Amino acid sequence: MSNLKAMSFAFRKDTVDMIMAGKGGHIGGDMSVMDILIELYFEQMNISPEKADDPDRDRFVMSKGHSVEALYTVLAHKGFFPIEEVIEKFSKFGSQFIGHPNNKLPGIEMNSGSLGHGLPVSVGMALAGRMDNRPYRVYTVMGDGELAEGSVWEGFMSGGHYGLDNLCAIIDMNGLQISGTTDQVMNHRELAKQVADFGWHVIEVDGHDFDALRAAFEEAKQTKGMPTAIIAHTIKGYGAKVMENKAGWHHHLPNAEEYEEIVKELEERRQKAEEEQA
Amino acid sequence: MKNTIPNRKAICDVLMEHAKEDKDIVVLCSDSRGSASLAPFFAEFPEQSVEVGIAEQDLVSIAAGMAACGKKPFAASPASFVSTRSYEQCKVDVAYSRTNVKLIGISGGISYGALGMSHHSAQDIAAMSAIPGMRVYLPSDRFQTAKLIAALLEDQQGAYIRVGRNPVEDVYNEESCPFEMDKATAIRIRSDGGICAKVAGEEEKSADVVIVACGEMVYPSVCAAKLLKEQGIRAEVLDMYCVKPLDREGLLAAAKDAKAVVTVEEHSPFGGLGSMVSQVIGAECPKKVINIALPDSPVITGTSQEVFDYYGMNAEGIAKKAQEALA
Repeated sequence: MSNLKAMSFAFRKDTVDMIMAGKGGHIGGDMSVMDILIELYFEQMNISPEKADDPDRDRFVMSKGHSVEALYTVLAHKGFFPIEEVIEKFSKFGSQFIGHPNNKLPGIEMNSGSLGHGLPVSVGMALAGRMDNRPYRVYTVMGDGELAEGSVWEGFMSGGHYGLDNLCAIIDMNGLQISGTTDQVMNHRELAKQVADFGWHVIEVDGHDFDALRAAFEEAKQTKGMPTAIIAHTIKGYGAKVMENKAGWHHHLPNAEEYEEIVKELEERRQKAEEEQA
Repeated sequence: MKNTIPNRKAICDVLMEHAKEDKDIVVLCSDSRGSASLAPFFAEFPEQSVEVGIAEQDLVSIAAGMAACGKKPFAASPASFVSTRSYEQCKVDVAYSRTNVKLIGISGGISYGALGMSHHSAQDIAAMSAIPGMRVYLPSDRFQTAKLIAALLEDQQGAYIRVGRNPVEDVYNEESCPFEMDKATAIRIRSDGGICAKVAGEEEKSADVVIVACGEMVYPSVCAAKLLKEQGIRAEVLDMYCVKPLDREGLLAAAKDAKAVVTVEEHSPFGGLGSMVSQVIGAECPKKVINIALPDSPVITGTSQEVFDYYGMNAEGIAKKAQEALA
């Protein structure tokens, strides 16, 4: 099996380069969600450029659309488009690679950006799959700040009501949003219990532990009669100390010094992960 | 003879007819299957029906997700809620994501009468038309509604369709309901008082005044044209059920040599049919255009007809405005 952990730090470097070249991006959330996306795209979902139109392909909706730079990086390394092209064109005049997911690009099913849309859209995809007796599964990734949107809870409600066991929602629980900690901004108190009360199977994991993520996705597949929510505890800005756990890095553009520091630490962590594997 | 079949019932009939063969047709309601006249669909096709509860944002997003997976969803909810409460879902999940969701706004305009402004949709045309890629249709009677829904079943693009709650008098009939997608229907009054309807755009001598109307305002506009004819004024009614994309060609063919234009809509005076028609006439063949619409305030309490009568949105009121436009 490939070394996903080592890969994740290399992908983070690409993402940071994309943000530097495009002169902006949601770096903190990109770093927190990266491992979830890698596990999904490289281990869980049957999504690839060859299967782009396969009606049985798994469906993915990036509900926290502002972390599009991480998604572009993962899609590029899955072969949907060259990573060099994204880094060169991201956010530039006339570019297809805009600052939120857009389904004119290959590999992207639905447009997002405005928060609170991905879960209810995924409910619709899961209902359609069940109606047609198709084997695909539907995955959506939300942020924890996003959970303040009422439409998210409409989605939890209908997903639970219809017992959609082909649906899996992942919450990138990095605990921070633009104005401060999520607890301070709008507290969800006992999130796991709240979601479970809507008829969902809930699993809490370390969102940077690939083994734990894999076990959670397997458990979700085995769960029948109800959808699964995976609360993935993550670190905003994960990958380099200078940006970790800092609300100010929600969409901070690193200066030259910070960039050097980030790249150095990402490379050190990548090498360490390679050594651990060896 | 007074028609007793509301346009929403015509929608249900067409969907039921096609759903037998086409299993991708799905209907979604937000505790609105009764008011949408879609209860028979839910009863006969439970496996093609989705209830989402009183959650209109969820309604539109779920429909969009289903469409993205190949379904042909019709999401029906009161026009007031599906258009503006779910506005962002219509914008992002339907129009921007290019999903084939047909948004059915039932009990549109001031259909809910005494229930008040919370239940009236007097801004849905403006709101939905301003979304890039969203089409907006207001059919006039049950025959045209049936043809429109059948045509919409053939395409793969999202649209907003607004119908009223109450039965409206027939404009057309079983034998004669000329219909071409995205083309207005031109109606003239024959000397025997009957109507002559055809798809707009054919070269013909312009009438003195062109009355452009949509939805439930088409019937009183035709009645107004009859009153005008009695006074020797030649009026043509354009049934502009396709508010967006507006039938520019049909409008210009009808209006270029006319002396004046009157628009009539069950909508706010801003951003609706009147605004769009005025834009085209102002740019292409400037002449007087009078817009008849609801006031920019909560409407007076009453039934639809009482409200229309109060604001002059009836045959007499429309004819009077047409005379003023010609004066």
